[in-house]
Amino acid sequence: MSAHDSPEAIQAETRKYIMVFAGLAVLTIITVAISYLDLSIGMAVALAMVVATVKGSLVAAYFMHLIDERKAIYAILALTMFFFVVLMLVPPAAFSDHTGVSTEVAREADGEHH
Amino acid sequence: MEIPYTVEPRPDTGLYNAKLGIWLFLASEVMLFGALFSTYILLRTGNPNWVQHPMDVPLATLNTMLLISSSVTVVLAWAGLRLKNFAQFRKYGILTLLLAGGFMVIKGFEYSAEFSAGLFPWTDNYMAVYFTMTGLHGLHIVGGMVVIAYLLGPGAKMWETEPERFTNRIEVFGLYWHFVDLVWIFLFPSLYLL
Repeated sequence: MSAHDSPEAIQAETRKYIMVFAGLAVLTIITVAISYLDLSIGMAVALAMVVATVKGSLVAAYFMHLIDERKAIYAILALTMFFFVVLMLVPPAAFSDHTGVSTEVAREADGEHH
Repeated sequence: MEIPYTVEPRPDTGLYNAKLGIWLFLASEVMLFGALFSTYILLRTGNPNWVQHPMDVPLATLNTMLLISSSVTVVLAWAGLRLKNFAQFRKYGILTLLLAGGFMVIKGFEYSAEFSAGLFPWTDNYMAVYFTMTGLHGLHIVGGMVVIAYLLGPGAKMWETEPERFTNRIEVFGLYWHFVDLVWIFLFPSLYLL
């Protein structure tokens, strides 16, 4: 049994899990509270995503033990994150290429050209 | 032939095989849900006439709390096995199953109310995205419920013969379950609050 698996270490971990749970519960309430504020859509999206990212990081770091993992897992995740970012760049890339522009807007743009 | 590295870590990865396997699976899951989020962003930002139907935020908030709680019960079940306390595992495992069941029942109420209001996947883009993403997430919850029910039932026999391997199985299940929780953490504000 490693020091990692001693009953004391496991008890200490358990206390940490409860604290993370409390943090997640508070952040969930904050997420809902933000949605009731009179914010611009840009600000509302940014704030909601910041809070969700903090919550997600807590889950990944503590519940999924990513705070202390093997290099092989970090390597898999680094590759995954790269391709995830590529996926998230598809919408802005599509707009910069005019793909996905609504028919109405495209028609107006065409009208300006003629 | 015996399956290698079910308990002891492989020398090259430093991980037992199931743990490496679940992380590779979760990587594919990130891409699956990532593609759906990307599609949602493209559809929503590309449509100046986007229709956002008001969803039941209190019920979804309750569901978020249930799922977060189930993530805690899973790690407590795993901690129980590491402490050689099978009763603790059983208690928190059953609690996880009940919380997951509660999530699905609430989701069922939500779907039912939406159908009654005439909102279906073919109603508009928002409802199509909503039902696709929450439906796929719900299927993951059901899959997890089947696995934890098996591990609490017939699968628990392994505790008698190979306790370390069984403990690893619970850790692997936990990783999957936390991922399902993580996806919901992003789905909740994206579909209900924005």
